[in-house]
Amino acid sequence: MKKTYKIDVDCANCANLMEDAARKTAGVAGATVNFMTLKMNVEFEEGQDPKAVMQQVRKACKKVEPDCEVFL
Amino acid sequence: MQEYIVNGLLIVVALLSVILQIIGTRLSAGMTKKQKVMLWRILAAAVLLLILQFLGAEAFASLGTAGRWMRLAIFLADYLIIGYDILRKAFKGIRNGQVFDENFLMAVATLGALALAVYENGDYLEAIAVMLFYQVGEWFQSYAVGKSRRNISDLMDIRPDYANIERDGRLEQVDPDEVGIGTIIVVQPGEKVPIDGTVVQGESTLNTAALTGESLPREVRAGDEIISGCINMIGVLHIQTTKEFGESTVSKILDLVENASSRKSKSEDFISRFAKIYTPAVCYAALALAVLPPLVRMLGMGLDAGWETWLYRALTFLVASCPCALVISIPLSFFAGIGGASKAGVLVKGSNYLETLSQTKIVVFDKTGTLTQGVFEVNAIHHNEMDERKLVEYAALAESASSHPISKSLQKAYGMEIDRSRVTDIREISGNGVIAAVDGHQVAAGNDKLMDRLGIQAIPCHSVGTIIHMAIDGKYAGHIVISDIVKSHSREAIQALKAAGVHKTVMLTGDAKKVADQVASVLGLDDVYSELLPADKVEKVEDLIRIKPAKAKLAFVGDGINDAPVLRRADIGIAMGAMGSDAAIEAADVVLMDDDPMQICKAIKISRKCLGIVYQNIVVAIGVKLACLVLVALGFANMWLAVFADVGVMIIAVLNAIRALFVKKL
Repeated sequence: MKKTYKIDVDCANCANLMEDAARKTAGVAGATVNFMTLKMNVEFEEGQDPKAVMQQVRKACKKVEPDCEVFL
Repeated sequence: MQEYIVNGLLIVVALLSVILQIIGTRLSAGMTKKQKVMLWRILAAAVLLLILQFLGAEAFASLGTAGRWMRLAIFLADYLIIGYDILRKAFKGIRNGQVFDENFLMAVATLGALALAVYENGDYLEAIAVMLFYQVGEWFQSYAVGKSRRNISDLMDIRPDYANIERDGRLEQVDPDEVGIGTIIVVQPGEKVPIDGTVVQGESTLNTAALTGESLPREVRAGDEIISGCINMIGVLHIQTTKEFGESTVSKILDLVENASSRKSKSEDFISRFAKIYTPAVCYAALALAVLPPLVRMLGMGLDAGWETWLYRALTFLVASCPCALVISIPLSFFAGIGGASKAGVLVKGSNYLETLSQTKIVVFDKTGTLTQGVFEVNAIHHNEMDERKLVEYAALAESASSHPISKSLQKAYGMEIDRSRVTDIREISGNGVIAAVDGHQVAAGNDKLMDRLGIQAIPCHSVGTIIHMAIDGKYAGHIVISDIVKSHSREAIQALKAAGVHKTVMLTGDAKKVADQVASVLGLDDVYSELLPADKVEKVEDLIRIKPAKAKLAFVGDGINDAPVLRRADIGIAMGAMGSDAAIEAADVVLMDDDPMQICKAIKISRKCLGIVYQNIVVAIGVKLACLVLVALGFANMWLAVFADVGVMIIAVLNAIRALFVKKL
């Protein structure tokens, strides 16, 4: 399943870091962050609850880039 | 002298932040709260620095030791006003194992410079000013990016917010997502058509500029198909929807454009890999610069170590090394390029395709619908024994099940309603034609291959066009000549491509050799391959890819309806006239909304301009950075120069990137 989330982040490099962090989160099959449109596309692994996974994604992103936000 | 320059700069910064703050109060400026707060901080820090500058060190010196500490405290307060967030981010970064980023570079450099200043009771100004100018640069960058993001999103602002539905004689606005297929929606003048459908009532002209970049309005009346995303200009239209909102043209295009930059180009990959290696590398280089030369001087040459000098150079080195200009400007260039292209009616599915497009040296065209209008007309009927009208009638009926343009033109020439019950046993023979039973007669309509297959002697035709031989009950009954019209811009488009540096233009077609050769010579194409089945086209494109040099890319241009496999196989697939064709939007990498072949050249030019800007930015940013690093290491540049090089290059690169948005004159 694929979902799109709005994000807020200040720099392109930070967006790349967020992308890496989201990809490494358990339950995420793939993720791309689009800095220019401020959107994150997340593909979830089969049978995962997007809401729970996104909480983890948000946490992971906050860790690499404290100034970012993922709007769930 | 330097003092005057510094004071001047500080005054400029302070004035600028006041002016920007005033501009920021207007809503249209689109400044975020974060940016406004940052402006206040910049203003406060600049003013405080100015006051300290005018007071001078003497005012504090007269107070003795207490004065020294007071001076330090005020400077430190100023430093914290402007730089506390950088320090916090750097600290958090270290705690989370993300040590090497630009916050870390700035924090170490400025804290180091402060520590040196405390030790020497000297110039605190430098460390604070470096932080101040760095923040000014960051502010500018975030504003410029935000502004261009909004500009580009405005360009793509074709998303309809609502649909009007008539209920009990009154119009009601509903979410377009909730409108089912077959619902009648009402579009008033000035509104966007929210969902694809058919006009059932009303007459109007549509502005399709947002979709095609074409400013010529399009007329619609009852019975016409209508595509979402157009703007209704004059009359009220009642439209019966044929698709759901999510499947409508406007949603598909938005989806495509919004996901475009997730496919990264090689240049972007290069930059993100570069940044990953670069930042740690400069940190270690700075460390080496601080430690090695003094050690060598002390131990190897017996000179004074000069720790302060080398430490200062190492810190300056850190300031100069910030990679922001690169990291920000490359994705911004691509984003602006894709945005500019979509304004011109060229949708590019990702920055990697923009990159490939710029290297296009061979362009392969499909003929029908791409170089020609795909509107066939019956031009002549030869060698017929029965009445011409009767022959056309048989042909139209036999071909009635086919959606091929040829059968459409036959039906048009017949001019009457087709009674399908008269046709039975339809057999389509791919690449040959059709055999069917019409009114009990066996009718065969197709090319000479079909006649060969049936063992019927066909009379060849001297006219150029598609020849449909007819056989009725196994007897030759004459042939119908149908020809296509070359698009008015095709020839110009081929010439423009040549002028733009495309080596080779090739045409592939399923049509007869005679027709193909004639069209090719009229248009000035280099090569032509005719009488190809869809599978042969893929094979031909594969052959062409095999013999071309690796760096020259091959583009295939088709109208996207039956060319999907070829569009996928080519280095880059371009579908044209794609309004409403889902297959094209899915298979192609670049979608031309309009069916004007001049757009191909425009797309290539846009991609070249964008890639040109990308390379300029890479070269300028890396070049200036390296030069600066060398100057710093050798002691020719101080921290001032370093921070100006950093902020200056970034501003230039960002402004240059925004240039990619302007594609009108290409």
